[in-house]
Amino acid sequence: MANTPRSRVNLLSKAISGTHSSTGGSTLLGYIGIDTIIEQMRKKTMKTGFDFNIMVVGHSGLGKSTLVNTLFKSQVSRRSAGWARDEKIPKTVEIKSVSHVIEEGGVKMKLTLVDTPGFGDQINNDNCWEPISKFINEQYEKFLKEEVNITRKKRIPDTRVHCCLYFISPTGHSLRQLDIEFMKRLSHSVNIIPIIAKADTMTTEERQEFKQRVRKELEMSGIEFYPQKEFDDDMEDKSDNDKIREAMPFAVVGSDKEYQVNGKRVLGRKTAWGVVEVENPNHCEFAQLRDFLIRSHLQDLKEVTHNIHYETYRAKRLNENGGLHPISSSDTQESNL
Amino acid sequence: MTSNIRYKSRIPVKTEDSTEEKQYVGFATLPNQVHRKSVKKGFDFTLMVAGESGMGKSTLVNSLFLTDLYKDRKLLNAEERINQTVEIIKHTVDIEEKGVKLKLTIVDTPGFGDAVNNNQCWKPITDYIDQQFEQYFRDESGLNRKNIQDNRVHCCLYFIPPFGHGLRPVDVEFMKALHEKVNIIPLIAKADCLTPNEIKKLKDRIREEIDKFGIKVYQFPECDSDEDEEFKQLDKELKECTPFAVIGSNTVVEARGQRVRGRLYPWGIVEVENQSHCDFVKLRNMLIRSHMHDLKDVTCDVHYENYRAQCIQEMTSKLAQDNRMESPIPILPLSTPDVDTEKLIKMKDEELKRMQEMLTKMQQQMHDKDQ
Repeated sequence: MANTPRSRVNLLSKAISGTHSSTGGSTLLGYIGIDTIIEQMRKKTMKTGFDFNIMVVGHSGLGKSTLVNTLFKSQVSRRSAGWARDEKIPKTVEIKSVSHVIEEGGVKMKLTLVDTPGFGDQINNDNCWEPISKFINEQYEKFLKEEVNITRKKRIPDTRVHCCLYFISPTGHSLRQLDIEFMKRLSHSVNIIPIIAKADTMTTEERQEFKQRVRKELEMSGIEFYPQKEFDDDMEDKSDNDKIREAMPFAVVGSDKEYQVNGKRVLGRKTAWGVVEVENPNHCEFAQLRDFLIRSHLQDLKEVTHNIHYETYRAKRLNENGGLHPISSSDTQESNL
Repeated sequence: MTSNIRYKSRIPVKTEDSTEEKQYVGFATLPNQVHRKSVKKGFDFTLMVAGESGMGKSTLVNSLFLTDLYKDRKLLNAEERINQTVEIIKHTVDIEEKGVKLKLTIVDTPGFGDAVNNNQCWKPITDYIDQQFEQYFRDESGLNRKNIQDNRVHCCLYFIPPFGHGLRPVDVEFMKALHEKVNIIPLIAKADCLTPNEIKKLKDRIREEIDKFGIKVYQFPECDSDEDEEFKQLDKELKECTPFAVIGSNTVVEARGQRVRGRLYPWGIVEVENQSHCDFVKLRNMLIRSHMHDLKDVTCDVHYENYRAQCIQEMTSKLAQDNRMESPIPILPLSTPDVDTEKLIKMKDEELKRMQEMLTKMQQQMHDKDQ
C-alpha cells in the first residue's frame, strides 16, 4: 500500500464518497473510520451554529414579513404584530435588519432578516435600488476588512446577504419596469430569488401563464437568478437545478394563522369561498420554496455568496487600489485598501 | 291617457262633487313624456378607468357591462413598456336593453403608474378631461346646438391595489389632481386575495386617508325623507361600503348548480355576483341602476360649471390685458389644440360668417321691400 500523500488523499476522498475504484488509489484492507469525519464536522457545526442573512425586497403590502415568518415558523419579522396604525411609507428606502436565533433539532441558526421598507413605493422610484446595493457592498467591505487583518478573528462575523428574495407583484400581466431594473443591477452582487407574492390572486392557469411570461422576460433581460446556470458544479447539480429553474419563480402565499381543514390544523387564509392552504402544493408553491431555500440549498446559497459574489467584489476592490496592505488592528479606521 | 284630460279653468266652481276633477291639470304625466322622449333619444355615458396595469380594469368593465370590449388586446412586456407614456384610449359600444339605448364610452389609461418614475403621470389624463370640457364649452357657445356630442367624462373608477396598506403616494396625488374635474369612485381591485377582515381594515384605512388628505370622492346624494325605509337602509349600507372591493371575471364557472361569472381556484370558487364574496353587485347597482343619472348631473352642474367659470375668468382677465374686442366664439389659451378642435373652430367661424351674411341680406331685402 503506497503511503505517498497523493494516494492517501485519494483514499480519503474515495472513502467519503463510499466507492472503491481501481484506478489510482489502493483498495482498503479494513475499516479505517475515515467516514466518521462527516460526523465530526456535523458535531462541530452544530456547536458553532450557522448564520444566515436573508433580505426581502418588494413594494409594501406584498406580504414579505408574513412570508418570512411562515418560512421560519416563528415571529421573525418586526411587523409580525400586524399593521401598525401610524405606519407611514418612508420617503427613501430604509434598510432595517433584525436578528433572531432559532433552534431546531439541536442546530442553532442565527437568522438575520434585512427589510427594505420604502422600496418602490414612491411616485418617483428612480435609483431606489441604490441604498440596497450600497448596503450589500458595505457588508462585503466589512468582511474584507476583517479578512485582511493581521490578527484575524477565529470566526469572522458574516453579515453578508446570502439571499435576496425579490417579491413580484401578481399583476397577471408581466414584470414591471422597476423589477427588471432592480434585478439587472443586483443579480451580479447577490443571489436573487424572485418570488410571485400573494399568489392567491391568480387561478392556476393564470399563474402558469404569468410564470412563463416572467421567466421569458428575465431571460430576455439577461437576469441570472439563483440558482445560476454558470455555477452548476456537475451533471447531478445541473439536472436538479434545471428542475428548480423550470419551476421558478415560485408563486407563494404566506400566513401565520391556523385553521381547521379536514380535521387537520393547517396554516392558511380563510375567505368566504374556502381556505387557502399555504402548505398544500395544489394551492401554492410555498412548500416547494421552503424545501428549496431551507432544506436543500441553504448551504449552497452561503457558498455561492462566499465563493463567487464575495470574491468578485474582493477582486474588484483589489484591482482598484493595486495592492492590499493589511492593517494591524481592526479599530483603526484608516484603510489602505 | 292624456287625451281625455284637458286644461280646466282655475275659477272654482260651486259644485262639490267635481272640484277635484276640475283642479286636475294633468302635468303629472310630464315625467312619462320626458321618459318617452329620452328613450327615443338614447343616453350616453362616459366612464374612465384608471389604475396600474394588472389591476383587472378591463375584466371589471367587461363584467359590468357584460361585453367583451378588450378581445384582441396585446399585452406589452416590460421591455416594450420602458418608453411608454400614458395613453388615452377610447372604446365605444352601443348597448340596448328593453328598448333603452345606451352609448357607452370607456376611456382607458394604459401606462398609468407603470414606469419607474411616475412624476406627473396623471397629466395626460387631466389634459384629456379638460379638453372634453373645452370642446363642450365651445359647442355650447356655438350656433348649432342641436347635436352637441357630450364627451365629458362622467365618472372615473380608480383602482387601488389590494396589496398595500392603504393609499400610496401616487394614488393620493392622482386623486387630488382629479377630484375637482371628475367624479372619482375609488375601488379596491382584485379583492379576492383579501380575507374579510383584511378588506374591512383596508377600507377603514382608505376612508381615513381620503379624509386626511382632503380628497373629494363622489358622494352619494342624500335620500329624500319621503323614501321608504328599505331604500334608506340600502342607501346607508351603500355609503358604509365604500370604497367597494370588487372582483371581475371573464369566465363562467359552475357553482352551486348554476352557471355564474366567477374565478375557479383550487380552494374554492369566487362568484362575482355573490354579495358575500365582493361588492361587485353594489358597484353595478350604484353605477348603472341608481346613480348613473346623478353622476351625469354632478358632472354637468358642478365640475363643468367650475371649469367654465374658471375659463371665463381667465378669458376676461386676459382680454382686459389685451384690450381686444370679444369675439362670439372665445378663443381660449389652449396649450396643445389638436387638429380636430382647430377644424371645428374654422367650421364654426365660417358658419358664423355665413349666418351674418344671410342676416344682413335679409335685413337689406326687408329694407328694400319697405321702401
